[in-house]
Amino acid sequence: MALLEVRGLEVAFPQGPRDEALALRGVDLDLDPGERLGVVGESGAGKSMLAFAILNLISEPGRIRAGSIRFDGRNLLTLPPAEIRNIRGNRIAMIFQDPMMTLNPVLTIGRQMVETLQAHRRIGWAEARKLSIERLGQVAIPTPESRFDSYPHELSGGLRQRVVIAIALLTDPEIIIADEPTTALDVTIQAEIMALILRLCRDHRVGLILITHDLGVVAEVTERLMIMYAGKVVEEGSTRQLIEHPGHPYTRGLLAALPQRVARGQTLNQIPGTMPGIADLPAGCAYHPRCERAIAGCHINIPVLEAHGSRRISCFRPLLAGAEA
Amino acid sequence: MHILAFLIRRLFQAVIVMLIISIIGFSIQDQLGDPLRELVGQSVSEAEREALRDRMGLNDPFWTQYLRFLGNALGGDLGTSYFFKKPALEVILAKFPATFELVLGATFLFVSASIPGGIYCAIRPRAWLARFIMAGSIIGLSIPIFLTAIFLIWIFAVELGVMPSFGRGETVTLPWGWRTGFLTRDGLLHLVLPSISLAAIMLPLFIRLIRAEMIETLSTEYVRFAWAKGLAARRVWFVHAFRNTLLPVVTVGGLQIGTLIAYTILTETVFQWPGMGFMFLEAVKRVDTPLIIAYIIVVGMIFVIVNTIVDLVYTLINPMVKLPGAQG
Ligand SMILES: Nc1ncnc2c1ncn2[C@@H]1O[C@H](COP(=O)(O)OP(=O)(O)OP(=O)(O)O)[C@@H](O)[C@H]1O
Ligand SMILES: [Mg+2]
Repeated sequence: MALLEVRGLEVAFPQGPRDEALALRGVDLDLDPGERLGVVGESGAGKSMLAFAILNLISEPGRIRAGSIRFDGRNLLTLPPAEIRNIRGNRIAMIFQDPMMTLNPVLTIGRQMVETLQAHRRIGWAEARKLSIERLGQVAIPTPESRFDSYPHELSGGLRQRVVIAIALLTDPEIIIADEPTTALDVTIQAEIMALILRLCRDHRVGLILITHDLGVVAEVTERLMIMYAGKVVEEGSTRQLIEHPGHPYTRGLLAALPQRVARGQTLNQIPGTMPGIADLPAGCAYHPRCERAIAGCHINIPVLEAHGSRRISCFRPLLAGAEA
Repeated sequence: MHILAFLIRRLFQAVIVMLIISIIGFSIQDQLGDPLRELVGQSVSEAEREALRDRMGLNDPFWTQYLRFLGNALGGDLGTSYFFKKPALEVILAKFPATFELVLGATFLFVSASIPGGIYCAIRPRAWLARFIMAGSIIGLSIPIFLTAIFLIWIFAVELGVMPSFGRGETVTLPWGWRTGFLTRDGLLHLVLPSISLAAIMLPLFIRLIRAEMIETLSTEYVRFAWAKGLAARRVWFVHAFRNTLLPVVTVGGLQIGTLIAYTILTETVFQWPGMGFMFLEAVKRVDTPLIIAYIIVVGMIFVIVNTIVDLVYTLINPMVKLPGAQG
């Protein structure tokens, strides 16, 4: 059994007095120990919702309406608050998108590290400090002793994200969920931070759920991929397979839009149109208005995720060798 | 070093503010009543009056008179009260402890009630008690202070007879001449109703302010991150959210000190509290100009001092601002 097993997860937001709109429409996810999974999709696909829902941290007015999240055999959605707290930040840690906003501006780096340790272990200040400084060193922060007493605003964005990574690593978690950990950073340090995350996860056999817009990054870091569109998983399989032979038209569209794929002088092939909002989903497959392969049935029926060999695709006309018309 | 640069800068600002206040004070003296009427009887002839005016410099140009006023004021001479026949500053300062202790009592009450109240309303917005507090605060905002005061007097002093309704009660004079009501049971009892009345004005304002700022802070990324780190709810609320809530509350709260001082005039009058506000209203009634001006200047000074303290506190709790005016 997988270490983390999400089934049929639905996150709902109220729409008017009685209605609800779904930001997640039945998402499944599996993660084995030490596995690195990429979650990719355009803005609004529900990637962050998925990340927060896994830690049962959906904030009002949203709520988890259905589904289960099994971690190490226990359903996080029915766990008492004290026990779920024992998992958050301890066994499953999170890295947020914008390091400028993630750290509390009025507390020193050191206090924000020590409190994390003390929330999960019986540990004195001196020992917690020693361990924190050691972690700061591991994420290649120069002069970690002096950084321990710094305030967040005294550090650059890149250093702050390193601090956030160090906080995530403090308690030796089994899973790290990184929600677009490099998008807010300077282009020149994005690769550095990504390489750091990859190295740490490999060295310590930490499972990684890497959320991103960027298929290019995911190809280098992850073993498995999940493509999301409008609150649903549309394709899921090994990273290599999906990148070399995309099965869902949306996956192919994302790949075609990658700058690396475009020959010099050619324009970028953005997928035409935009993703629908959660309140105005089209009938049938949510992707059909933008899909170049859509047929009559796509407007009416919602496709389900079906196994095609080792991968799963949710499409009536997947792009499979042999299935091509 | 930072503190020193900051204080020098603030001192400079304070001097400018005080100069402006003194000009206002002096203009009032110029407009209000005729000092001669207070000094001489009706029987003095017009020619004699004019001679007296000349001798007293009352016919000098405005700025000459102002500079003379300023010179005297710097020496601590704000004129002599017509009514008390004593230096105005001395009269005011004798009343200062009463007002100070009233403000302190009220501040203690509204701070210790609005912090838990505001936090509670922010973290449990749907609870019936929170809705009740919020509804109550709207009503509270619109009740005039004398109504609260009279209602309190009626219930606790007249009907139940458990609280005194006027005056400071028994006071103790401390070695440096400060008369305090804090050290006797009777003095403390007398403080209760006036403090509650004055606090009732600030309480709804602060509950709403703290609630609004706290809700804002609770939705920030760093509070989300604090939850994601698995911290206990208490730590997230009080250490992560509330500390950041304090910053805007201190700033806005500091500005409300003026409101508080203004309302001491009404509170002291209703409860016949022998403080500066009560005395000020009496002075206005008697057109005791030197006393009115002394009040304005002393209150202006309190204002400047309190604002400096608020700024200092703000910089102490916010690591992101270096003290203004300090280098590096
Ligand atoms: N408070 C809310 N009320 C209603 N809808 C919301 C709310 N918060 C988020 N949503 C919707 O939920 C959907 C999923 O949002 P989510 O933040 O998970 O997207 P994302 O895939 O992380 O996008 P991005 O790449 O921009 O971070 C979006 O369509 C968003 O509009
Ligand atoms: Mg997101």
